[in-house]
Amino acid sequence: MRDPPVSTTTAPTETALTQLQRLEAESIHIFRETAAEGERPVLLFSGGKDSVVMLHLAAKAFWPAPIPFPVLHVDTGHNFPEVLEFRDRTVEQLHIRLEVASVQDYLDDGRLTERPDGTRNQLQTVPLLDAITEGRHDVVYGGARRDEEKARAKERIISLRDEFGQWDPRNQRPELWSLYNTRHRPGEHVRVFPLSNWTELDIWSYITEQGIELPSLYYAHERDVVSRDGMWLAVGEHVSPREDETVQTRTVRYRTVGDMSCTGAVESPAATAADVLAEVRTSTLTERGATRADDRVSEAAMEDRKREGYF
Amino acid sequence: MSTENTPRLLRIATAGSVDDGKSTLVGRLLHDTKNILVDQLEAVERVSRSRGLDSADLALLTDGLRAEREQGITIDVAYRYFATPARSFILADCPGHVQYTRNTVTGASTADALIVLVDVTHGIVEQTRRHLAVAALLGVPHLIVAVNKIDLVEDAQDAFEALDRDLHALADDLGVLNLQSIPVSALRGDNVVEPSQTTPWYSGPSLLGWLENLPDASQLTRSEPFALPVQTVIRPQSAAVSPEFTDYRGYAGQIASGSVAVGDSVAVQPAGRTTEVTRIDVAGAPAEHAVAGQSVTLSLADQIDISRGDLLATPAAALQGSKTVDAVVCWLDDENPLREGQRVLLKHTTRVVRGIVGSLDGRLNLESLAAESVGAFELNDIGRVSIRVAEPLFTTAYTQSHALGSFLLIDPQSGRTQAAGMVQDDSVHTPGVLGSLRADAGEWAI
Repeated sequence: MRDPPVSTTTAPTETALTQLQRLEAESIHIFRETAAEGERPVLLFSGGKDSVVMLHLAAKAFWPAPIPFPVLHVDTGHNFPEVLEFRDRTVEQLHIRLEVASVQDYLDDGRLTERPDGTRNQLQTVPLLDAITEGRHDVVYGGARRDEEKARAKERIISLRDEFGQWDPRNQRPELWSLYNTRHRPGEHVRVFPLSNWTELDIWSYITEQGIELPSLYYAHERDVVSRDGMWLAVGEHVSPREDETVQTRTVRYRTVGDMSCTGAVESPAATAADVLAEVRTSTLTERGATRADDRVSEAAMEDRKREGYF
Repeated sequence: MSTENTPRLLRIATAGSVDDGKSTLVGRLLHDTKNILVDQLEAVERVSRSRGLDSADLALLTDGLRAEREQGITIDVAYRYFATPARSFILADCPGHVQYTRNTVTGASTADALIVLVDVTHGIVEQTRRHLAVAALLGVPHLIVAVNKIDLVEDAQDAFEALDRDLHALADDLGVLNLQSIPVSALRGDNVVEPSQTTPWYSGPSLLGWLENLPDASQLTRSEPFALPVQTVIRPQSAAVSPEFTDYRGYAGQIASGSVAVGDSVAVQPAGRTTEVTRIDVAGAPAEHAVAGQSVTLSLADQIDISRGDLLATPAAALQGSKTVDAVVCWLDDENPLREGQRVLLKHTTRVVRGIVGSLDGRLNLESLAAESVGAFELNDIGRVSIRVAEPLFTTAYTQSHALGSFLLIDPQSGRTQAAGMVQDDSVHTPGVLGSLRADAGEWAI
């Protein structure tokens, strides 16, 4: 027997499967099922921890064959440089094709205009939908988890989108057993969320157990930040300190990666995945509540953006 | 990694009718197990105050969509995640209106245990019968009835014990597998997480106490014969992640039941041949042995034509293919009814085949528990049908294997999921609601 190319847990003979084993098996099942039924799948890859775990599971699902679909990055132009570097290195290692949908291109040629507040998360929708249409992608993998937010808690693993990319919460297909229905009409596509049943704690437990590499900003580092809306924002090209704000150097890490202008850091000395896992276990704030300004706008913020075809 | 100290997952679903306090119970379960984070609780307190409530309305924790908040009801299945030191839970929170029975079916299909709420001041109502029937139909391994609002009745012990007797009688009629009822007050938290002082006459565990000690489905299916529906064939050829795997050929799928070891004989269907397992990869790494619930890739000794939709199984338990499927279906489509002669797609395991609906052999009347003759099945109807399919399917009775006995009906035009199907085998004695829908030479058996 050869050494395993990817570390994994082995089958217990007497005891029940562990939580991570059950979740891993379910995600792999979803990948295999939807990739087999789809014509041109694509995986949304942001370099964030959920998309990294998703890619890791995809690699396991088809091993020793390579992942049989490309990845798509919706590039806001407000990326952390560490994340872009990580993205490029990862796709090279896995021998997969990278497609990029650039928000900056849309701003440059006038198809989109910058928002007054300068944030770009909301601007990702149009480039994403255009990339799906141009790539004729019928199965689109996303790393959303149902524990993230109340609207996501109601979304299916297989989520049908019309040609405008919209999610209709009133018209979802019932999802029974592990029988997934990916059928759709021309112009429609399905979003597939293989991590639906994972929690933030599961993700970090799995990253720790499997030794999965993440962009370095997930771990403690020193950074010049300002305090805004109760979060630490990195000072740089996309965030300038306002008059009443003082720039401070703090030891921080990020819990999500996104648009640099509205993704906040938390103060933390956690330097390894195991440290982060220990922090997550005792955390008293949900990850979105803590660090994403765009979800705080209204109680229904996420639902509205999902209806518009956001991830 | 040690499996002894690792939390195990239990999938549960909740069902109740309007105002039974289901959202409050779920909120209570999350709150009392300390799974509500500060910002979530603050948001709930803020909204409760703006509505003029004195204390935090825990039901707000689970009402996710805007329309639900506006109407104060729950529309769609919502999934919740919470953990205790003993175990982790995935909870499918299913709305209770009559028109949402399909949601209960959906939630129950993956549940290791179903929690049904009954309001002790109302007793058993139509929705209770419906939810217990769904639990019986779907073969949910454990049914827990939370007898709620126990704080509102004068003689709580008598009320609970009378209801408990009625529930067990109903469960026997319906063929529910295991029923346990627990007196609770979701509002006050009695017997939800901690055993309550206010019910000294009840000596059983709290709701959470029960849930923490139930076995999960992957344990229950492990003793069944081995079966693996093939999802995809993995043949990397020159694209392999490493040159040593260019000749690799593996059949990938999730083990539906039983276990498999290197050296085991397996029957390949529909090819009808038997071969030997030469290699097992579990999630991308070799293993000697694998069990139900694991996603694996098997390599076999002989070159046999195997493709997606085929079945690898223990030779002794090999199934016969059939082009007719007799089943009980729950109709889920709110736009179109099911009629005789209708064309459908049938998804069974990893195979999708074309089908034509034959006779509708009776709809279940949940009041009388008898089958009644109807011309069409409407939304939420549960009834017996016979379906002719274009290619043979290797099915088994749902009562014997959920994985090999379940299917979906899909509208070929719109792609909508129209029905949940459970294969019936009349040669096997089936008690309860499923048995009452037995087709006997055109007569509606009761």
